[in-house]
Amino acid sequence: MSTTDPSPPPEVRDWESVQSSPEFQDLRHRLRSFVFPVTGLFLAWYLLYVLLATYAPAFMSAKISGNITVGLIFGLLQFVSTFAITIWYVRFADRRLDPLATQLREELTDGEQK
Amino acid sequence: MTLAAGVAGSSPVLNIVIFLVFVAITLAIVVRVSRRAKGGASDFYTAGGGFTGQQNGIAISGDYLSAASFLGIAGAIALYGYDGFLYSIGFLVAWLVALLLVAELLRNTGRFTMGDVLAFRMRQRPVRAAAAVSTLVVSFFYLLAQMAGAGGLVALLLNVTSKAGQSLVIAVVGVIMIAYVLIGGMRGTTWVQIIKAALLIIGAAIMTFWVLAIYGFNFSALLGDAVAKGGEAGAKLLGPGAQYGKSGLTKLDFISLAIALVLGTAGLPHILMRFYTVPSAKEARRSVQWAIGLIGVFYLFTLVLGYGAGALVGPAAINAAPGKANSAAPLLAYALGGTVLLGLISAVAFATILAVVAGLTITASASFAHDIYANVIKKGAVDGKNEEVRVARLTAVVIGIVAILGGILANGQNIAFLVALAFAVAASANLPTILYSLFWKRFNTSGALWSIYGGLAITIVLIVFSPVVSGKKDAEGHLTASMIQGVDFHWFPLDNPGIVSIPLSFLLGYLGAVLSKDKADPALYAEMEVRALTGVNAVKSTVH
Repeated sequence: MSTTDPSPPPEVRDWESVQSSPEFQDLRHRLRSFVFPVTGLFLAWYLLYVLLATYAPAFMSAKISGNITVGLIFGLLQFVSTFAITIWYVRFADRRLDPLATQLREELTDGEQK
Repeated sequence: MTLAAGVAGSSPVLNIVIFLVFVAITLAIVVRVSRRAKGGASDFYTAGGGFTGQQNGIAISGDYLSAASFLGIAGAIALYGYDGFLYSIGFLVAWLVALLLVAELLRNTGRFTMGDVLAFRMRQRPVRAAAAVSTLVVSFFYLLAQMAGAGGLVALLLNVTSKAGQSLVIAVVGVIMIAYVLIGGMRGTTWVQIIKAALLIIGAAIMTFWVLAIYGFNFSALLGDAVAKGGEAGAKLLGPGAQYGKSGLTKLDFISLAIALVLGTAGLPHILMRFYTVPSAKEARRSVQWAIGLIGVFYLFTLVLGYGAGALVGPAAINAAPGKANSAAPLLAYALGGTVLLGLISAVAFATILAVVAGLTITASASFAHDIYANVIKKGAVDGKNEEVRVARLTAVVIGIVAILGGILANGQNIAFLVALAFAVAASANLPTILYSLFWKRFNTSGALWSIYGGLAITIVLIVFSPVVSGKKDAEGHLTASMIQGVDFHWFPLDNPGIVSIPLSFLLGYLGAVLSKDKADPALYAEMEVRALTGVNAVKSTVH
C-alpha cells in the first residue's frame, strides 16, 4: 500500500495515508460535525411541522391576526429556516472547509508533478 | 359560468403563436450554442462542466419547477388551501439534503451519471446496471407526469377536446423536445431551462404582484376572500386537513408523502446530473444556493397565486374546468389579464413541460449509454469517443417516443401525484445507496444492489397494489380516481409508499452490506473520500 511509483498515475496514489493524515482528518471532522447535526435538526423541525399539521389541525388553524393562522406562520418559518441554513452552510464551507480542501488538493497535485 | 368564459376567453391561435415564438427562439439559441460544442461524451452529457454556479442554479430551478409545481401546487392550494402549501414546503426543504450531504461530494467523485458515484468503489457492471435501471424508472414516472400535464393543458388552452387531437399535440411536444436534446445536448438543454426558469419566475412574479395589488397588499384580505368564495368548504382552506385530514389512514398517507418529498429530491437522477455541468464542488454549492433561493421565492409566489385563484376564480369554476386543479393558474391569468396574459402563461406552462422533459430525456439517455452500453455491454471499451454519444442520441429518440406514447396513455392523470410517486422511488432506491456510498466505509457491492433493487421492487409493488392503481373509492376523497377502473386488487392501504419503502431500503442496504462475504475495499474508500472532500482528480471543466 505504501509503495510510491516515481511518476504515479492518479489511481495508484497512496490514498490511505492521505486519508489518515491529521489535515484530512481535520477537514473530515469539520464537514461531518456540521452537516450531520444540521441535517438532523432540519429534518426534525420539518417532521415536527408535518406532525403538527396532521395531528393538531385545530392548533394550526388558530388565527393570530386577521386570517393569518398559526399554520401559515409555521409554514413560512420553514422557508425562513431553509434560507438561513443555506446561508449558514455556504459561509461555513467557504471559510472553514474550502481553505483546508484547497491546501490538501494543492499538496496532492504538486506531488504528482514532480 | 366563469368556466365558459375561461375556455372561450382563451384564444387558441394566440396561445399557439406565443408558444411557437418561444420554440423558435429557444431552438435558435440551442443551435447557436451547439456550434460551440467540442463533441464527445463530456460535451454532450455535461456541456464539458463549463457552466457557472449561477447559471446552473437557474437551470436547476428550471429543471425542478415542473408543471406539477406550477399548475399542480397552485391548483391544490386553490382547492384544498393549506394542504397544497405542504407540498411546496416538502419540495423546498428537500434541497437542504442535496446541499449538505450530496451535491459537492457527488460533483467530486463522478463524471456523468449517478452510476459513476455508486460504482466508484463497487464492482462496476452490476452496480452500474442497477443505477441505470433505477434512473430509467424514476425518469419514466417523472416523464409520464409531465406528458400527462401537457395533455391536460392542451384541453384547456387550445380547445382541443378530442383525444386524437390531444394526442397529436403531445406528440408535437415530444418531437420538439427530442430536437432540443439531439441538437443541443446538455448545453442546449441547459439554456432552454435557464430561459424557461426566467420566464416562469417573472410570469409568476407579475401575477403575484397583480393579485396582491388587487387586495391592497393585504394578504389577510386575500385569504378572507378565498374563504368566502369557497362556500361551505371555505372555512377549511386556512388550516391543514382539507385534503388529508379525513381519517387516520389519510393522515398516515400524508406523512408518507411528506417523507418521500423531503428525501426524494437528492435522489432524482436528472437533478444529480446537473451537478456535473459545473467545474468544481464550490460551483456545485453555488448552484444549490441559487436554486434554493429561486425555488423558495417561486413557492411563495404559488402560495399567493393558489389563494388568488381561489378568491378570484373560485373552486367551483376551477373544478368545472377541463383540467380541474391543474387549470387554476391559467384561469387566474385570464381573470387578471384576459386573453393575452392567459396566452403568455400558457406558453410558459408549455415551455416548462418542454424543458423538464428535455432534461429528463438527456439524463435517461446518458445513463443508458454511459452506464449500460459503454460500461456493462462494452465493458468500458467503447470504440472511439463518439460511439457512446451516438448511442445516447439514439436512446434519446427511443425515450422520446416512449414519453409520447406514455403521455397519451397517462393523459388525464393528476400530475402532482405522479411526480410524488417518482419522488418515492428516488427516495427509496437512490438516496440510501448514495448516502451509504459516500459516508459508510463498510458499504459494498451487495449492499448497493440490495438497496437499489430492493428499494425499487418494494416501491413499485406497493404502488401497483395501492389504491392509486385499483379500487379507490371516489366518494372517499378528491384524489385521483384509480388508473385502472372497475377492478380492485389493492391490499396496501396508502397512496404513497414512502413511509414503508424508504426505511426498508435503508435497512436492506445495511443488511446487504453486513451479511455479504465480500469486504469493502478500504483503499478505494480512502480514495473516494479524499477525492470527495478535496476535489483532487475531479474532472475539470473543458471550457477555459
